[in-house]
Amino acid sequence: MSDQQVNNSKRRFLTIATGAAGAAFGGLAATPFIASFLPSERAKAAGAPVEVDTSKLEMGQKINVEWQGKPVWVVKRTPEMLAGLPKLDGKLADPKSEVNHQPDYCKNASRSIKPEIWVAVGVCTHLGCSPTFRPDLAPADLGPEWLGGFYCPCHGSKFDLAGRVYANVPAPTNLVIPPHKYLSDTRLLVGEDK
Amino acid sequence: MSKLAQIGQNVLNWVDDRFPLTSTWKAHVSEYYAPKNFNFWYFFGSLAMLVLVIQIVTGIFLTMNYKPDGNLIPGTNISVAFASVEYIMRDVAGGSIIRYMHSTGASMFFVVVYLHMFRGLIYGSYKQPRELVWIFGMLIFLCLMAEAFLGYLLPWGQMSFWGAQVIVNLFASIPVIGPDLSTFIRGDFVVSDATLNRFFALHVIAVPLVLLGLVVAHLVALHEVGSNNPDGVEIKKNKDPKTGIPLDGIPFHPYYTVKDILGVAVFLAVFSAIVFSVAGFSAEMGGFFLEHPNFDPADPLKTPAHIAPVWYFTPYYAILRAIPSFLGTQVWGVLGMGAAVMILAALPWLDRSPIKSVRYRSTTFKVALVLFLIAFIGLGILGAMPSTNTRTVIAQIFSVIYFGFFLGMPFYTKNEKPSAPVPDRVTFSTTRQKILFFVYVALAVGGAYAFAHVV
Repeated sequence: MSDQQVNNSKRRFLTIATGAAGAAFGGLAATPFIASFLPSERAKAAGAPVEVDTSKLEMGQKINVEWQGKPVWVVKRTPEMLAGLPKLDGKLADPKSEVNHQPDYCKNASRSIKPEIWVAVGVCTHLGCSPTFRPDLAPADLGPEWLGGFYCPCHGSKFDLAGRVYANVPAPTNLVIPPHKYLSDTRLLVGEDK
Repeated sequence: MSKLAQIGQNVLNWVDDRFPLTSTWKAHVSEYYAPKNFNFWYFFGSLAMLVLVIQIVTGIFLTMNYKPDGNLIPGTNISVAFASVEYIMRDVAGGSIIRYMHSTGASMFFVVVYLHMFRGLIYGSYKQPRELVWIFGMLIFLCLMAEAFLGYLLPWGQMSFWGAQVIVNLFASIPVIGPDLSTFIRGDFVVSDATLNRFFALHVIAVPLVLLGLVVAHLVALHEVGSNNPDGVEIKKNKDPKTGIPLDGIPFHPYYTVKDILGVAVFLAVFSAIVFSVAGFSAEMGGFFLEHPNFDPADPLKTPAHIAPVWYFTPYYAILRAIPSFLGTQVWGVLGMGAAVMILAALPWLDRSPIKSVRYRSTTFKVALVLFLIAFIGLGILGAMPSTNTRTVIAQIFSVIYFGFFLGMPFYTKNEKPSAPVPDRVTFSTTRQKILFFVYVALAVGGAYAFAHVV
């Protein structure tokens, strides 16, 4: 054995330097793996606007179209349905649509461009289920004061016929209105602003 | 010694010189001394290992025919993944049995693990010096929950899709980073083929590897400190002065290996009965193990009329639903659900009483324990049902009891007076205790049944 002295400060320096270099390169090496979890270019490219023909919609009817993999509802509301909307203001969490969940041109009483035609992303703002359309008045399960709207089967959130959320339900905000515009009187384009 | 035995001994010596085979066997099996008074509750640790083996073996065979592909077969609304599961069920010889073993095995895993955890709770097995055994166990529990959730997406049925949609959206409710985080988890802006592929990778390789490592850590930590027992007495305090073996200890092998074989036999009888009744008679066994909507292919535009998680997640799901959103965010329910799981890990530090076993704990603790059990089972029942106003209120009360049990523990276990003196040596269950056990089980099952029908 040699009687060589151990240089502790040199050891400490080398330990720290090796550790730091290892951590830096480790982080660098992890980058592609973490990045691979992000949506791919193909996923980002999907989601072109969808065209909907509203001429065949009956009064009170709802149709589903798929946009960006999500259900988008188009509902033709009757005058009675529209007349019922202001009556609910007191029971809603955000009756004036203050939360920015709609384009500016839909921040109005009916949350739509044309009052009767209503377009919304059919995804509950709670945890992403698709609520059920319940236009029936005062059904047994939803109570005598129900004026029609949407009921989420997953966690019981309730929305009115303009997608405004009731107070004291799991969902915190109104349903999202996607950007949309009319190409003609009956041709609706979902996914692009007017 | 015969010649053959001599050859065997020589081979063993050769191995032992190079690998600690005999010493490992002795340390963990033949000379691991466990308390001699183990009862019914001590079956579930070894049964959990058995279920783990069943899940790994059936899982390997399922991957041989399963295809993690969420794209639709052209001209149909059925994905390749859904079709491959149908193929396993209908065309692969033995395929339906293997799949039902795997899906029923998942439920059985939670049955034995919940009972195993309850054992720890009533006998104070989480207390000093077994805190790390408990923590490793909690991590195993988290891995199991992850496995169950990830695996449930793979058949790509309606319940798979919407279950994943809801759970991934739980993360989206976290302020600031939430929406990006949920996109990161999905790998897409909606639950899609990318999500299915990564869940498959995590389900079949990443999480199982972690799980196996944790099981080893759980056992190594347990064998370092020694097993607890129904009396909560440390058997290492009373050792034979000559041999150093605990006076109340018996070697795990052959005594407990033989006892566990009985447990295995009974378990396998129950397991087979479920698997074969599921496979042979009712397609879904009332929806407890595989839910009805999962026999429909995933439809991203339509949520099933009633969605609920599989039974083992329902207590936490009920807590999630019980907490309303306020201040414009629903993160509170998510936090509540997460806290309900995580708070279990803090048990060793919440419980300040030195008394381990429920046999000697105060009436206060026993009352708290019974309330907790009622709340937990009640939440489990409520979480499986569609919510109504009454049910939500009951779920809220139960949630308060659930958290009260843990958060109040430092107060009601402080200066706890034993209901009976803790003995120095272990004791065996008396006839009275055995009869009471059946009475308690009958009460719990009957009460749960009555509650489910009334509520």
